[in-house]
Amino acid sequence: MSRHLTQRLAFGLLILATLATTVPIVLIVGYIAAAGLPAISLEFLTAMPRDGMRAGGIWPAIVGTLLLTAGTAVVAVPLGIAAAIYLAEYAKDTPLTRAIRIAIINLAGIPSVVYGLFGLGLFVLFLGFGTSILAGSLTLAIMTLPVIISTTEEALRAVPQAFRVVSISLGGTKWQTIRRIVLPQALPGILTGVILGLERAAGETAPILFTAAAFFLPRLPNSPLDATMALPYHLFVIATQVPGMPVQIQYGTALVLLVFVLSMNFFATIIRSRARARRQW
Amino acid sequence: MKIVIEHLSVQYDDGTESLRDISLTIPANQITALFGPAGGGKSTLLRALNRLNDLVDGVRVTGRILLDGEDIAGPGVNVTALRRRVGMVFAQPVPLPMSIRQNITYGLELAGVRERAKLTAAVEKSLRAAALWDEVQDRLEAPATALSGGQQQRLCLARVLALEPEVVLLDEPTSGLDPISTAKVETSLQAIKRDYTVVIVPHSVQQAARIADLAAFFLQGELVEAGPGQQLFLTPKDQRTNDYITGRFG
Repeated sequence: MSRHLTQRLAFGLLILATLATTVPIVLIVGYIAAAGLPAISLEFLTAMPRDGMRAGGIWPAIVGTLLLTAGTAVVAVPLGIAAAIYLAEYAKDTPLTRAIRIAIINLAGIPSVVYGLFGLGLFVLFLGFGTSILAGSLTLAIMTLPVIISTTEEALRAVPQAFRVVSISLGGTKWQTIRRIVLPQALPGILTGVILGLERAAGETAPILFTAAAFFLPRLPNSPLDATMALPYHLFVIATQVPGMPVQIQYGTALVLLVFVLSMNFFATIIRSRARARRQW
Repeated sequence: MKIVIEHLSVQYDDGTESLRDISLTIPANQITALFGPAGGGKSTLLRALNRLNDLVDGVRVTGRILLDGEDIAGPGVNVTALRRRVGMVFAQPVPLPMSIRQNITYGLELAGVRERAKLTAAVEKSLRAAALWDEVQDRLEAPATALSGGQQQRLCLARVLALEPEVVLLDEPTSGLDPISTAKVETSLQAIKRDYTVVIVPHSVQQAARIADLAAFFLQGELVEAGPGQQLFLTPKDQRTNDYITGRFG
């Protein structure tokens, strides 16, 4: 076989592989958009569900997902960034810190339903939060932490060591160096990781299944100790648990969840590309 | 005498020795050049003078370094204050990812200086001392990375001078620069020694001979000999020094 032919063949295979991964995504998103769009109306987005969820809107589920995501962010973002700063900037290479790193990597691989059961045991039952936004947010936060910690640590380590040495040599303390040089330079990377982590939390069903989600609750939550409806769980419910459910409402709900998650993704991409264009190293 | 080094040794955890029992006196307001082949311990000595060796794990320093009679090598030294008194310019110019002006004011702001007038004055004064003012005065807000390599290195010198240190350390500051930029840096070193004590690891024997008031020859962690530049380069006492400066090795 001539080298040119090999080249063409390899090139063709690579294009095929790319198409094989992107085409299904486009088809799925396109299909859900086409099937769900007719259901979208102001009422659908802002009204309470009626007739056993077969009519009306999904307002409480939207609010619930927003609250759960916000609650997750409040807990996981400061904790995750602080842990990453410790690991990247302060922790020496000891058996203990190596064990912590391995634990974090492994935590990221744990199935989300296990987090759900853990949240049920610790937050709902043992700490007595009940099925609530608080318990759900804490469970989602624990699930999201490994993602935030490892992406933040990576972003911090990507900042050139020379900047740190220069800052120290100019009489800076370690913390001054981190706050004034390292963190600002790593911020776009950190934000990207945070958004991707929260995006996963927003779309998860299993962790909130036992900790926060209500099957049908046609009112908005009053306190963090209230249970709530949420988009992913609501979708699961109306797709499998309610007989005689109009298909349109199912796809409409899926579309809202998809738009919510994809717009977070889009936001992360914009932050990253703008930072890359501005970066001086 | 600005700095008196007494029996200084630097060892690493793995047993290797970077400096062995160095004693050297560095006079104020002169240029002292530490020269010799790579791996001789010159940079390690520079980094001992402003405690940058502290950043490396597993380094053990013994002996004394007296700055104006006060030991700066031992424990209990305020190292951030020390680093403001003993500034450092590195081989690779590393402008911080900010504007030219912010690069100069960075160290002062870390030290708690807030007054705008003071900062503005420091920017002009230090850029003039580093012979860079004429080239950048119209674009102080431009990113420092937009400067050429030679300009960046003079910016790094200006950044150190802005802190008004007593001692300026330079670790092969012209190794990446063309001859014209090198000459500019050397000229500004000659100019600043009136106000500062300068310790430089030159990037060649020729540069050492051009600028050294006092020269010290290092070989494999040992200080072979030290003396006034004129005398050391014309009539070295030690055969090894003679071999090195006449180009027999190195």
